[in-house]
Parts: sequence; C-alpha cells; structure tokens
Amino acid sequence: MSSNAGGSASSVGVAGEPPSRSAGGGKPAVKSKVSASASAINASKFGYDQARHLLWRAGFGGTPEQIQTLASWGPQKAVDYLIEYEKVPFVDSDSTRFDGSIMRPLTPDERAALQRARRSNDTEAVARYEAERQKRQMSDRKQVRDVQHWWMKRMIETPRPLEEKLTLLWHGHFATSYRTIEDSYHMYRQNEFFRKNASGSFGDLLFGIIRDPAMIAYLDNNDSSKNRPNENLARELMELFSLGVGNYTEKDIKEGARALTGYTFEDDEFVFQKNNHDDGGKAILGRRGNLDGDGFVSAILEQRACASFVARKLYRFFAADYPTGRPEIDAAAEGMIRGLASTLLRNKYQLRPALRELFLSEHFYDPALAAEQIKSPVQLVVGAVRSLGAPPRDLSVLLDAMNLMGQNLLFPPSVKGWDGGRAWINTATLFVRQNILAYLLTGKTPTGYDAMAGSEKYDPMKLLTPLDAADPTARRDPAKVADFLTRFALGRPSPESREPLLAFLASHSNTLTPDVLTGLLLLITTMPEYQLC
Amino acid sequence: MNPADRAAFTRRQFLTTGLTLASASAAVPWFLQRSAFGLPHAAAGMRAIPGVDQDRVLVVVQLGGGNDGLNMVIPYGDPTYYKARPTIGVAQERVLKLGDDANGVGLHPQMRPMKELYDEGVLSLVQGVGYPNPNRSHFKSMDIWHTADLSGTGSGWLGRYFDAECSGEAAKPGDAAAKDPASGHNPQIGVAVGREAPLAMQGSRIAPLSFETPDLFRWIGSDVHKTLADPYKQITRQGVAENIDPHSNAGFLMRTALDAQVSSDLIRKAVSQPPLVAYPNSDLARQLAMVGSMIRAGLSTRVYYVTMGGFDTHAGQGGENGRHANLLQQFAAAVGAFYKDLKAQRNHERVLTMTFSEFGRRVYQNASGGTDHGTAAPMFLVGPMVSPGVLTRHPSLNDLDDGDLKFNTDFRSVYAGVLESWLKADSKKILEEAFKPAPVMKRA
Repeated sequence: MSSNAGGSASSVGVAGEPPSRSAGGGKPAVKSKVSASASAINASKFGYDQARHLLWRAGFGGTPEQIQTLASWGPQKAVDYLIEYEKVPFVDSDSTRFDGSIMRPLTPDERAALQRARRSNDTEAVARYEAERQKRQMSDRKQVRDVQHWWMKRMIETPRPLEEKLTLLWHGHFATSYRTIEDSYHMYRQNEFFRKNASGSFGDLLFGIIRDPAMIAYLDNNDSSKNRPNENLARELMELFSLGVGNYTEKDIKEGARALTGYTFEDDEFVFQKNNHDDGGKAILGRRGNLDGDGFVSAILEQRACASFVARKLYRFFAADYPTGRPEIDAAAEGMIRGLASTLLRNKYQLRPALRELFLSEHFYDPALAAEQIKSPVQLVVGAVRSLGAPPRDLSVLLDAMNLMGQNLLFPPSVKGWDGGRAWINTATLFVRQNILAYLLTGKTPTGYDAMAGSEKYDPMKLLTPLDAADPTARRDPAKVADFLTRFALGRPSPESREPLLAFLASHSNTLTPDVLTGLLLLITTMPEYQLC
Repeated sequence: MNPADRAAFTRRQFLTTGLTLASASAAVPWFLQRSAFGLPHAAAGMRAIPGVDQDRVLVVVQLGGGNDGLNMVIPYGDPTYYKARPTIGVAQERVLKLGDDANGVGLHPQMRPMKELYDEGVLSLVQGVGYPNPNRSHFKSMDIWHTADLSGTGSGWLGRYFDAECSGEAAKPGDAAAKDPASGHNPQIGVAVGREAPLAMQGSRIAPLSFETPDLFRWIGSDVHKTLADPYKQITRQGVAENIDPHSNAGFLMRTALDAQVSSDLIRKAVSQPPLVAYPNSDLARQLAMVGSMIRAGLSTRVYYVTMGGFDTHAGQGGENGRHANLLQQFAAAVGAFYKDLKAQRNHERVLTMTFSEFGRRVYQNASGGTDHGTAAPMFLVGPMVSPGVLTRHPSLNDLDDGDLKFNTDFRSVYAGVLESWLKADSKKILEEAFKPAPVMKRA
C-alpha cells in the first residue's frame, strides 16, 4: 500500500482526537466481557484503532496515513484489500539471481573419478575434490545470507503485506533449517513454495511439503528406505504439521513412514523412487489400502483434528496466544477456533474464507485482544521500518539483531519452529529490541554510529502529517503530540507513558525539531508496550 | 588486588551496588530486594564461608537433540555393541577405560578432560537414566525433563525450587505479589545463558534471568543525547503500571523491563572480569566462562543453566572421529576448563555441575550411518561433593525394549538426590512426588 493512497483525514476516528487510553475507560481490559462473536464488525465500529490493529496483525503495521486510509475504507474493503493481495501489482526482479548449481551433486563422471582416486589412494586428487566441496559450501553460506536479505527486503517493500506474513507463518510452521540441509537454493525454493500457496489450500501445502527437497532433507526422508523406513517425516507431519499429539498412534507413524518411502529428490527436484517405495497394504488413521504419501496426507485431511489444528494455528498467529491463561479470553477464543475449523472443512481447507472470517469478526477487534500480541523479531523490525518510515540501513545488522532476539530467518531452532509469545521476551532480548530501534532511528550502534548514519538520516516529521491536517495548532501542544504518537505507536498507551515524554519535550523547550521528535520516538520505542501489537 | 582471591569480589561489593540501584527506584526487582532490604537478617548469610548452603551453586548443562549415550559412555566389553554399530562403533583399544569398577565401560576417546575429572575423583557417572514410557519427540521429552512431570506440562522443576525457597505466600491473581514481584520474599536468582529462558527454570511466579552477551545488555540509545537518560529511567523502572492487568502481556513486559534494568548493571560488572584459565573456543565454553565469571564475582545465584545443541545425529554421525566425536570433544573440553577455572577461583567446592540430554539413541545404527531417537542415557555430575565413579550398571544391550535400552534410574531420582543432598530442599514438594534420592552426593 502506498502512503498516498487517499490519505483523507475525514475517516472514523480522526488521528488528532484524544486516544481512548485503555479499554473500559481506564480499567484493565480483564474486567470487561470479551466478544465471542464471529459475525462481522459493524462499519461504524471500525475506526483508526481497528484499522491499526488490522494492519499490524494481517501485515507489519502502517504509517498514520495508511491507517487512516484503511479506516476510511471500512472493514470489508480493508480486509478484501489485504486478503486479495494478488490484485496488487508487485514485481520482484531480485529473485532470479539465486544460483541453483552451487550445491549440485557430483556428476556420474565426477563421482567415478573421485571413487577411482580414493581406491588408488590418490590423496592429492581426493584433497582437490574436498577443497572444491569446501569452496562450494562457502559460496553457499554466502548465498543463504543473500536469500535472507532478499526476503527481508521483500517484507519491507512489499505492497502485499499479508502475502509475506503468511509466508512467515508457513516458514515457522513447516520449519526447516539451513543449518541442517546446507543448501541455500532449496531454502529459497521452499520459501517460494510457501509464498505461492500462502493463502490457498492447506491441503496443497501438505501435499507439497512431502515433495519439498528442503523438508525431505531436513527430516531425513532421503535416507529412508523400503527396508528401513525413517520415521522422522511421518512423525512430524502429524505431530507438528497437521494433527498434534494425541490424534494419532505410534502405529500410524510406522505405517506413515512406510507410505513415505521412496519420496526423495535428485538435485533440485522431487523424485518418487518406485523401487524404494513400500507399496504394501497399510492402515493410517483409519484409512486402509496401499497408501503412498498422498494417501497418507489424504488420511490426515479427513480428520477433523486437522482442521482444528490449522484453525488454532491461524488464531494463535493472528489473534491471540491461545491459551492465554486468561479465562475470559480463552472461552471466546475456543468458540472462534471451532468456527474457523468448520469454515476450513466447508471450504476444503481453503484458507482465505477462514482468514476473512477472522479478520472481520467482532472478536478479532475486541479491546482485550488489541495490543496484546508480543511482536516477533520480524514484526518488530519490519514493522518499525514500515510504520515509522525509518531507513532500513544495513540489512545485515537487522538480521543479526533478529538472530539475537531469537529469530534467525531460514534457521529456525528446530522443526517445531519458534515458540513465540512470551518466549521472545527476556531481560536480554528486551535490550536488543530497544537497541535495534535506536539503530533504525539514529544509526547508533553499541560502539558508535553506522557509517551511513549521516547520509541516511531519518525524517520523522512526515508522521505528523495527519495530526497537522486534523488540527493545525496541535503541534504546539506537547500533550497532543505525545498522545498522537503513543496512540499510533503503542495502540493502547498506559497513562504513565505520557509523563516522561512531556519531561523530555520540556527539556528541549517544547520545540519540535526533527531531532527532538526522533528523541521522542527513541523513548516511545523503549516502552514495554512497544513490544506489543 | 589478586584476582584469584575470591574476597576481592565479595558479595558485599555487589550488595553495595544493589543498594545504590535500589534507592534509585521505588520498585525493586525481587532478586535484589532480598539482598538489599533483607540485609539485617541476611547478615549471617553474607558472612557465609564457601561450603555452607547459601553458597551452594548448581550448574546445569543441557545437551540438546538427544545425545548418543552409547558412544559417549561406551560398553566396549559387550560384543553386542560392535554388532549393533558396525561402522560407528568405537574400537575397544581406543576407548578411555575407567578401570575394573566400571564393568567394561569407558569414555569416548575425545573426552579426555572428562577422564581426567574421573581420575581426580570428582566425576560421578550415572548410567541408564530415563523414565517410564519414554517419549521420542525431542520437544516432549525435553519438556518432561524440564518439568520433571511425565506429561511434560506445568512449571519447571528448578522454577518450583525457586518458588519453594520463597518465604512469602504464594501469589494469587490480582494481588500485590503477582502484580509486582518486588513485593515477595525471594531467594537468589537463576541465571540462564542463552536467548531463551529454559522451561526448567520457569516457576509459577519466578522466572530466571537470561542473556546471551553482556555487551548488548544495556540501552545504547542513552548515548544519543543526555536528556534521554532520565525519561528512559522513568519508563523502564516503573514496574507494572497502575491500571494494567498483571497477567496480561503488557504487565509481563513491564516486569521484565524493570528486571532488565537492574540486572544489567550487576551482570555486566561481573562478566567484565576475564576468566582465570584459558577456555577453548566453542559456544559451550563461552557460556561456561561467563558462568565462571559470575560465580567468581559472587553473584547470589543458586542455579546457572547453559545449553549445547546439535546432538540429533540421524545421519553420518561418525565413530571415533566425525560429527558426534566433535560434539563430545567440545563438551568435554568446555566442562574440563570450567572445572579448572573453579579450582583456580577456589570455588570448586561450592559448585556442582550436572549434565543431561532429553534422550539417548537407539542401540542399532540406521542405514544412514546415524542413530534414531532412543531412550536411556548417562548423566554426569562434576565436583568434589559428588559420589565419584560409575554409580549404576550399564543397561543391557541384549535385553532391549523394541530396540531401545531399558532405563534403570529415573532422572527424577537424580534430581531428588541433588535437591536433597546439595540444595537441601524438600524434593517431594518440588518434584510433586516422592522419589528415592539417587546416591549421587558424598555422605555429609
């Protein structure tokens, strides 16, 4: 979305009006009843705060102008715009540069020559092959860094935020790490696979993932054989990707592993090795026959547990970290998840109807859910660049910081992906979170300033455009400026957030220069609530 | 000042720092509060000499991914071992033998530093550790070890130890203690080195302090302009704001922000001291070196937690050399250096080190030259206080449960032994079930 897409300030909830400090008139949100309604939110209740919430959850946040634009469109148009993202033109010319041949396997001739060298104890030739292999591994490690950069840049620049958000969801869901597979091109291809199927059918994602070279290598299915099936992929396919513990037996895993034998890859392409496939009779999750991988996946999709599992995943990723341990939220969440599961089943696992239902529901906009999701490192960093309009500066620094915050793209810690929620936050990651924001806003590093800090100066004044439009005198009133910024950056600021900002403004004679405004944003982004969206 | 002199970095010095910080803020994080405000009646603890309960430290080393115990503690005397592992088995003559008492088991040749600890009589080797109905999922089994509960749910066992050590009443939702941890009476803190605080240390109301590198353990924004410092302090040291539900994520973040500020000063000062011995260059060694510095600085920490990953060797794990051998080498070298450091500090008598992995691996190697998820595996305990030697028999390689070793020692018995004999805690209360403490400690 471009920032000039009709930035009318006449929408519901003019940015300049006093923010609602917190739900229920200053009382904790916990006291009020949480809406369990899946019916669509009334357009009259969809204003600045709701549009902001939608932009953060279905994307990576937005500028004040973007928030106003979405608010003026109303919920239906805003949600359609985000979900039907393929209608938004976007050409990514950068992705063709990845080289699939770096980690190509040896040709039959090369392999034969290497074997000959080994047999004849030609240590020099063997060493040459080894050196060549190491060289390629080094280039590949460089390329995986390029893939990370490409994806980060894409998340920052895309006019289709939900497409990248869903790609991130599936990357964490079908977690595969470069550290194990050591093939950057396979990681890239898997990423494009997630993007292509991001909002299509969950079934297609499952049918595709058992054919995905990166996943096959990560979970050792290329080492599985008819006589010694490897159970890794079969187990995780059910435990982590589709059903969850308790919805299958150890026997289903054993039979499932047999069904997946022969599913492997050669170079960059999926290959079904018929000779290595166990085509005998099997019984998986109640389905009988000479099942292969597709039969296994079909058996999974027939389970209502699968729809519930996916619904829960979508809910947790977009709405709230269920179970939250707060009964008033959890009760409403359970009803919502049941509804989403039914919608998935009714639509043959098509994801868009479920996403639309969630993003339009009254429940999704309940104040108890607003500004209560802990931003993942990606959300924090990409969101800061996109919403504050900060220069991204050095992507390597951003990626390193994300790693320190616990989210290294293309290197999830395990097949379980990232735990998310409160697991992102501890006393150490909180400092990294504050510091990367200081870097984005000023170029400050732990040891000095970024080399480009002088030329890539952040211009914060643009943020105030809607405030000026609504109230030309507001800029001279420190309280109005502070309230506008905290409402924009924090969603539901606590009353205590105002005082330190006013103190800082006062120490600069309440003169709103770009540097003073940057200082205000530095302080706002260290507020505990800034970690929420 | 002799850096080896523990008195050079006394606890009093840190308490002084603590008091200064404490006066800067109305709400003080709980771990500081005990030392600062509890000063009059904690005086006895302050004068404590090494060896008394208050000074006892536990360091947990987690080996993630399922360490192949059979190639770590090798039953070289059993021909079945070589039959089951034709290509990854370690040749008998290369195994580091542990003497006649060890019943034909020895250490992997890359673990020489551990062998030295064994010879010094400060290593206790518990074999065949596991639990009933073993779970072969990494996550589930790790959760089981962390919670000491076979369902793998609930709080962490060390977290419950912290909870139990609190003299204050248990916090109820909405009351002052839950809202502000500073209002409870609390024991020393647990410190985890790493990005994520382990579940094992999550209590129902106490969470550990965790960090990865000390340089990033402060806000660099305060260097941008001097007028930022005071408002920043006000923002981050306020604790849980007035109208915020303490159980919400916002409340959680405000508590963590406050803890982060105060601990930042303490920890950075401690870790800035270089270690007294050279550590090898590995991630585990770096973590243990930091723990060593914190112990030396006299932080009032009871439990430290470090982790090493990469043990999920499904394919190409190697034998005497190779991937798994390299992991064992790093592990043994790091633990060996850590013990040398503690000795140089003269703190070795107050520090017990314990290692575990979520499970061992199958007895028979697979078609990919690796091993799949298995069950029972050994644990190591290091320190002059342990009952040295090989404590339990190696599980039989011939009497298997569907290709897996049968455990003979429940890991919760080992926990019970550590809790009862080392931390002097009520293991039944903390483990929520009675386990016979494994005799892992010397009799007092």
